[in-house]
Amino acid sequence: MSKDNQLLEELTSKEYEHGWTSNIEMESAPKGLNEDIVRFISAKKNEPEWLLEWRLKAYRQWAKMVDPKWPNVTYPEINYQDVIYYAAPKQKVKPKSLEEVDPELLKTFEKLGISLTEQKRLTGIAVDAVLDSVSVATTFKEKLGELGIIFCSFSEAVQEHPELIKKYLGSVVPMNDNYFAALNSAVFSDGSFCYIPKDVRCPMELSTYFRINAANTGQFERTLIVADEGSYVSYLEGCTAPQRDENQLHAAVVEIYAMKGAQVKYSTVQNWYPGDKEGKGGIYNFVTKRALCAGDHSKVSWTQVETGSAITWKYPSCILKGDHSSGEFYSVAVTNNYQQADTGTKMIHIGKHTKSRIVSKGISAGHSQNSYRGQVHIMKRAEGARNFSQCDSLLMGDKCGAHTFPYIDVENNSAKVEHEATTSKIGEDQIFYCLQRGIDEESAVALIVNGYAKEVLNQLPMEFAVEAQKLLALTLEGSVG
Amino acid sequence: MLSIKNLHAKIEDNQILNGLNLEVKPGEVHAIMGPNGSGKSTLASVLAGREEFEVTEGTVEYQGKDLLDLAPEERAREGVFLAFQYPVEIPGVSTINFMKTAVNQVREARGQQPLDAVSFLGLMKEKMKLVEIDQSLLNRSLNEGFSGGEKKRNEIFQMAMLEPKLAILDETDSGLDIDALRIVANGVNKLRDKNKGIIVVTHYQRLLEYIVPDFVHVLYKGKIVKSGTKELALELEAKGYDWIKDEVAVV
Repeated sequence: MSKDNQLLEELTSKEYEHGWTSNIEMESAPKGLNEDIVRFISAKKNEPEWLLEWRLKAYRQWAKMVDPKWPNVTYPEINYQDVIYYAAPKQKVKPKSLEEVDPELLKTFEKLGISLTEQKRLTGIAVDAVLDSVSVATTFKEKLGELGIIFCSFSEAVQEHPELIKKYLGSVVPMNDNYFAALNSAVFSDGSFCYIPKDVRCPMELSTYFRINAANTGQFERTLIVADEGSYVSYLEGCTAPQRDENQLHAAVVEIYAMKGAQVKYSTVQNWYPGDKEGKGGIYNFVTKRALCAGDHSKVSWTQVETGSAITWKYPSCILKGDHSSGEFYSVAVTNNYQQADTGTKMIHIGKHTKSRIVSKGISAGHSQNSYRGQVHIMKRAEGARNFSQCDSLLMGDKCGAHTFPYIDVENNSAKVEHEATTSKIGEDQIFYCLQRGIDEESAVALIVNGYAKEVLNQLPMEFAVEAQKLLALTLEGSVG
Repeated sequence: MLSIKNLHAKIEDNQILNGLNLEVKPGEVHAIMGPNGSGKSTLASVLAGREEFEVTEGTVEYQGKDLLDLAPEERAREGVFLAFQYPVEIPGVSTINFMKTAVNQVREARGQQPLDAVSFLGLMKEKMKLVEIDQSLLNRSLNEGFSGGEKKRNEIFQMAMLEPKLAILDETDSGLDIDALRIVANGVNKLRDKNKGIIVVTHYQRLLEYIVPDFVHVLYKGKIVKSGTKELALELEAKGYDWIKDEVAVV
């Protein structure tokens, strides 16, 4: 083994730091999925009849579907009857305030660096914390309420704001959109809901933090963001899971509905457990994220830093329906060891003068496979539509793979579509240059990778950007070949 | 401070250095000249610790330590600086960020506190003036889209920032027009002091008009075949390298 390879092996074996579990008393549904389980979940959440019907309809559709085979990933057939679809921390009564929340739960989130105790929070970020199937706590609710902003768990929204849920649930991602969206629609347990009223600029970052804790349990959360005319919100999403030998399923749905002139910025730092260095365990992250720019001049921007999960299947997309609406997708996807990622975006231009921008930076190391898959579709009516895509791949070592699958459909001649793609390797020259200045190899890789991903990292809110930079460095430490 | 004895080195199967001897004392400037392929850049690379080169024989003692035993970053932290012939581009990383990381890692290795933003900026401003470099250049991605002159000036700026004890300038004059050459040479001259050893590797005498060496050595087939003072450089300029080759052939 050459010195480089040795170093690569040593340094890529970095342990996952969120791999612990909390000892919290759980209540869960029996394994498997059928109509009774769907009813069980709906009953647990005390849902109205229409929502149960909606879930059952989704379940019946799902039962007829097959999981997609087109992504560039391989994994053994998932036995959907071997998964627990509902697990919740046992709490005798629903907590009215943070003081009533199980201290063990609060500790879990403290350990992740997420303080739910509002007075302790230094930064103005409101958090909705979701553990396994339920939302544990949502902070800053009152303060946001004064502006008419609704930010709460999905379950709560179903009870408190049924008219909004009924109107917008499934309006962007229909229940039968795809296999995993249908599954989620049938069994989603909780998630976050957010409504920003007309002309309100949300004064703080809203954030959802997801944590899978229980074993053999799937997590199926749903996020729905409705931005009314002229409003603005920046939304953050973070996630971690314990280190387990078996694979765990995560199939989430995020829907964003942006009305006239609304702007939504959605940032994700995805750090689910990626499996060990032999590729054992890890989360299957099959997520549907989509935004509908329904109104004219609306704008949705997705930024994602994907470092975790054994398999990532995820295409945050924008349907640009309103005239002059715009969509952005900024992504850094890092895969190491045996991770597989098939991720990208779809920009569907329907309205006139719609604009989209795609910047994707893939980084592959170890034995991993990293694919960018993107679609730019300019429909007939989309007079003057514009798209710019840039897809870069960075390879570390010679056992990994990077792939690009861009699909471009243009039905209107006035459209302007640009696509650029590059593939590069971290050069030994670059590393040596750093070493010669006294910078050690780990820092050199971190420096080079962060430089490479800078355009995307710059899109993240400050605190998140710092975290993402550290995470990139951690995920890749020294994986040079 | 630097004592090279009987140094042999190869890359893959090509033996490049064949018993090179060199002594550098603090305050001295040594020029290494020689025709293409004589091993000049190999010497610079071996001293900096580039791992493609394998040392097969000989010793290099630097400040009482076995230099060959140290990893490249350790050599840098001990004060060995190489100004690259072809400075490397690192997209998305500004020179400022790069230097901040380097300076602080070097300080840490020397048991010093890292510099805070204000002190770092102060140090930077001071050194910028020394080598006549503009801050806008330092804000840009390292060496990306830099002209030849800008790249070399940036190397000397980095040298100023890191305050090395032994600086090796590898063909620093290549690709420079006369104005750029003068600026770069001025920078180096300002950094000359009695504690610092400098090795200037060059093909042409031109650079030595500006950076006047104490000693000139001629490298040929991986060995120093002739040593002298700055007059030797002039002689080489006038007569070319062929007479050296002939002389060696006779011996």
